[in-house]
Order: sequence, then structure tokens, then C-alpha cells
Amino acid sequence: MSGSRPNLDLERLADRHRRMHRIRAFEEQAVAALQEGLVLGAIHPSIGQEACAVGAVGSLAREDLLLSTHRGHGHTLEKGASAVAMMRELFGREGGNCGGKGGSMHIADFSVGMLGANGVVGANINIAAGAAHAVRLKGERRIVCCIFGDCAVNRGPFLEGLNWARVFDLPVLFVCEDNAFAATTRTEAMTGGPGPAARAEALGIPARAVDGNDVDLVAEVTTELRGRILDGGGPQFLWAKTWRLTGHTAVDKAAYRDAGEVEERWKDDPIARAAETLRAHGVADETLAGHREAAVGEMQAAFEEAKAAPWPEDGALYADVQDIGDPREAAFRW
Amino acid sequence: MVKTSYMEAGKRALAEEMRRDPTVWAVGEDLGRGGVFGQYAGMVEEFGPLRISDAPISEAAILGSAVGAALAGTRPVVEMRFADFALCAVDELVNQAAKARYMFGGQGGVPLVVREPMGMWRSSAAQHSQSLEAWYVHIPGLTVVAPATPGDNLRLLKAAIRSDDPVVYMEHKDLWGIEEELGEDEPPGALGSARIVREGDDATVVSWSAMVRNAAAAAEQLAEEGVSVEVIDLRTLWPWDRGAVLESVRRTGRLVVAQEAVSVGGFGAEVAATVSEAHFGNLKAPVKRLGAPRIPIPYAKPLEDMLRVGPDAIADAVRAQL
Ligand SMILES: Cc1ncc(C[n+]2csc(CCOP(=O)(O)OP(=O)(O)O)c2C)c(N)n1
Ligand SMILES: [Mg+2]
Repeated sequence: MSGSRPNLDLERLADRHRRMHRIRAFEEQAVAALQEGLVLGAIHPSIGQEACAVGAVGSLAREDLLLSTHRGHGHTLEKGASAVAMMRELFGREGGNCGGKGGSMHIADFSVGMLGANGVVGANINIAAGAAHAVRLKGERRIVCCIFGDCAVNRGPFLEGLNWARVFDLPVLFVCEDNAFAATTRTEAMTGGPGPAARAEALGIPARAVDGNDVDLVAEVTTELRGRILDGGGPQFLWAKTWRLTGHTAVDKAAYRDAGEVEERWKDDPIARAAETLRAHGVADETLAGHREAAVGEMQAAFEEAKAAPWPEDGALYADVQDIGDPREAAFRW
Repeated sequence: MVKTSYMEAGKRALAEEMRRDPTVWAVGEDLGRGGVFGQYAGMVEEFGPLRISDAPISEAAILGSAVGAALAGTRPVVEMRFADFALCAVDELVNQAAKARYMFGGQGGVPLVVREPMGMWRSSAAQHSQSLEAWYVHIPGLTVVAPATPGDNLRLLKAAIRSDDPVVYMEHKDLWGIEEELGEDEPPGALGSARIVREGDDATVVSWSAMVRNAAAAAEQLAEEGVSVEVIDLRTLWPWDRGAVLESVRRTGRLVVAQEAVSVGGFGAEVAATVSEAHFGNLKAPVKRLGAPRIPIPYAKPLEDMLRVGPDAIADAVRAQL
């Protein structure tokens, strides 16, 4: 538990607690919006996994680059994307990070170094290795952080991308955010051997396994690994073990897990855990409740703003396909 | 003027672009030893192993990492060795490279070139001979180039490298050795513009890549019979030069499209359909498509030859339209 760590910094933990609440509140609003038909496509909430986002992404520098997944709202917010723009994106509206053309699964904010979520499991691993390749070619001092789920380790890009990062000694931090599930299947049942860290180590990449619900611990280890990468230590691997408290998507009731197990896991909710540590060290209940209220207020406002935002203009349909060639093939008139 | 082979032209294009722009780099299997066909011979000596980079046999990582490197501000030129192996990186090309610009709302482009040596060459059989250009044309976001001459290989590869979008660049293996006199200073060509190989009034033959040679040979045969054939080399398949083709067929009233690829679902179908839609009333004969039958490419030479579209087949197709 965070409380037992010698270098506990209450102010810092309180800030992380506040930021985890922002992610939670964002996703709760997004789920509500989906139920109202305002969020159009599938969303994958990370409820229960916020310590990974805040701990790992929150420990990156502004100039670091990030590649995320379909379950990336928390990562994107933590990298610095605007909650309003993100909500607009989920609503498919103008002013979304991608102008309403990407949605939750393909969200990106290049202005804060967030180079994309990805709708294809594991596809971000090679892309991250390549971004790190560019960083090295250009002689820049920054790292690339690549977050993927536990099921991505069973796809080919995991082997190819990690090997790539190793042989080219690239400045990339791989973070396996292990929520124990691959959609509706327990990843454990479909994964041979001792798991992600051993696989990384087999490729010569140092790996650390941490309790992914301990926000301070995830942050501490991320900071350490980031430092090693910047010192020329090559790729590093972090296996953060957490648990997905809600369904695979916002409409998945997750009936394949029994209520008792889920209830037990809620006791280990990373936000509650951080709150408990803070409370034990004398942080006032009002302060903690204030974090929640502020987050909910911010995200409700984002919801309202997104709801009021216009749809993208028709011209957006044809914009940004490619520089040359007329994309209106089907409508071509002679 | 310098006598330059199709292969040397590709190398020269890459070298000139690398000298001009430090963000251009190449990556692929065996590049440090010049590449499987020798297209990169001597380049590592000039540019070093960071910019002429070897790669593990990891096609998905080669292409996927190129996407990341492009998003992060460099211009990778990816060597796929054989077009057939690019199929190990379809997600990276189709779902990632081709989509990023659009789905991220124009925040970042993917300026990468994927070199895919294509086509039948030295009995390479089913997994090393395919012409899959039509697949790529089908994917919004990709530019597709298939040069037929050394000069076009030089100029269009330069243009492809300077393009801010992903380009599938298909060099035909059977053209590596053909030569042409090229100038000392050859600026980039225009992607999307066809070349009129030979002018004519009686029929139009459209082709690209190595098939252009056969189309030109067929036109030669027909000229001896007093038939004047216009031969068009499309050079770029997306975007393709509809204007040049439609203008030609408007005059000739006859179209034969000749391709090495399987005819079913091939790019020739797109050309044929476009011309039929635009010129139905002006056509003097039904449009004719020539291509390979829908079978894997066999190893034995006589069998392989049976699926080639040669000059005679093209000439016969034109004769049948007269
Ligand atoms: C290549 C591919 N196969 C299947 C899917 C469908 N899919 C979407 S999310 C998901 C589960 C991914 O599990 P994990 O990587 O552990 O991430 P999590 O969803 O748990 O965050 C699957 C199988 C996909 N998006 N991409
Ligand atoms: Mg998972």
C-alpha cells in the first residue's frame, strides 16, 4: 500500500487522486452519453485502471510521445488533451481532437505528443518502436511510451516490436496494462508461460512487474525506467497489474464474472486506495470529496459543451484523405 | 546523359533524396549488403547504417515502425523485398499507414514509401511473383505507383519520397536491367500523370509496369498492318490519369487494357468500367480487358508462359475490335 512507502509525498498523491477522479468522471459522463445516444460508437472504459494512466502517463514529460489503445481515455487525458475536445470527439462533433472523424478508439492529440489510440490490438507496439526510431535518428532527448493490454502480448507485433526496440536500442517504454481480460475472456486462459515480463526479458528487455492499482508505485517505477531510457539504457518494460472493474465496452454487463469477485475487486479500487492513504495521513474528507466534485463538474461541463457542439461540416468528409487524387470517386461527374 | 538501369535509377532517386533531406532513411532486410537485388548496393557506405538500416525478418515491424517514424517526423523508405511479403504487414499498411491522417483529423501525415518489387521474374512461382497493385488502389489514403522505365523510376521514386502521404511503390523485377539515357539533373515527376508511349488513332491500349513493353510491341506489329495504336503507360494507378485515357478513347473509340495481374478484380476492370461509363455511346467496340487467369502463378516455365499476356495477345485483342 502507498501508505507504507517511505517517500510518501502527500501533496503529490493528493494531486494524483484528483487526476484519477478526472478520468473516472470523464468515463462516467461518456457512459451516460452513450446511453443517451450522444456517444455514437463503442467505448472501452478503464474504470479501476486509472492508477496506470496517472502513474505511467502522468510521469512522462510533455515532449515524450505516447501510443495508446482502444481503452485510452485516461492515457489521453493524462498526456494533456483537453477533456472538452475529447468529449466532442466521442460525440463525433466539430472541435473534437480529430474533428469527429476518429472517435474514442482512434483518438489522438499530436499537440501533446499523443500519437494515437488504436482500434487494432497490438498495432501500436510497432508504431511506438518506429516513433522511437525517429527520436533516435533525430537525436532528440525524449522517450516514447507505448501502452497496451495483456491480450496484445499474444499478437505478433509484440514479438516483432519488442525485438525491434531491443536490436536498435530504442528509447521506448513498453507498458503492459494488465486488466486480466481480453474482451470477455480471461487472458490467463489464453496465454502460455509466465506472462508479459518473462516474454520481454526473453528478448533482452529489462522488465518490472508492479501493482498497477498503486498509483505512487506505478509513477515511481515509470520515472525510474524513463530515467534509464534517457541515460541510454534502451527499451524498458513495465507490467502493471490491475483489474477491469466494469465491462469490456460500456454496454458489456460482464456477466461472465461473478458478483462476489467483482465486489472483492472494488475494494481494491485505486482511487479508494489513494484516498485511504491520504485520509490515514490526515487529509480531510472534504478535500477528497472536493476532488470528486470538481472532476464531476468539469466533465459535466464537457458533456454539455459537446452536446451543444455542431456536427462536422460536410467538407470534412473529403478532407485529409491524401494530397493527390480525387476521393469523390463514386460521385465523379464527367 | 548517363546510361542508367531501372535498378540504378531507383538507387539514384533514393540517394539524391537522402542527400537533400536528412529525414529520409531506408529500412529493410539485408539493406546493409545492398538489398536482395542490389538496389541498395554501396549506399550504406555513403549514408551509414542508421540511414540505410538493416532489419530483422519482421515485415510487420518494418512497416509498422515506419508508420511511427513517419508520424514522428521522418520520411522512411521501406523495402519489402518482394511484394508478396508485404502481405505480412497488411494491418500496418492498410489500417495504420493509410488511415492515420484521416482518422486523426489531419493532425499528422504518414510520409512513407513502401517499395514492393512485383511481378513474374525467373520462375519465382506462386509466392514471389504476384502483381497485387489493385488491392492497394482499393484503399483510400494510399498512392500507388508502378513505373515502367528507368527515367520514371528515378523521377517517380523522388516524387514518392517527397509525398506527404504513404506511397506503395511497385518496381517490376523483370525491369531491373533495362536501360535508358538519363540527364544529370532529373527533377521529381508528377504522380498521377500518364505517359503517351506512342500516339495513334485507331485504338487505345492502356497498361502499366512491365506490360507497357508488350503493349508497345503490339502497337509495332499493328503499325506494320496499317493500324495506328495509341499506347498509354499509366505510371501511377492511384491517382490515375483518367483524363489522358478518356481523351485518347474519345478519339480512337476502342480500348484494350493489358495487365500482368489476375484480370478478375484487377485494376484493368477499373479502367474498363470508367471508360464504359464515360464513353458508352462513342465506343466502336466493346472494351477488352487482358490479364492473367485466376490461378496461382506456376513454377514450370511453359506453364508460367501460358498466363503471360504477350504482345500477340494484345495485338489480337485490338484486331478483334477493328
Ligand atoms: C487485432 C485485433 N483483434 C481483435 C480485436 C477485438 N478486440 C478489441 S479489444 C480486445 C481485447 C483486448 O484486450 P487487451 O489487449 O487486454 O486490452 P483491454 O481491452 O483489456 O484493455 C479485442 C480482442 C481487435 N481490436 N484487434
Ligand atoms: Mg486486458
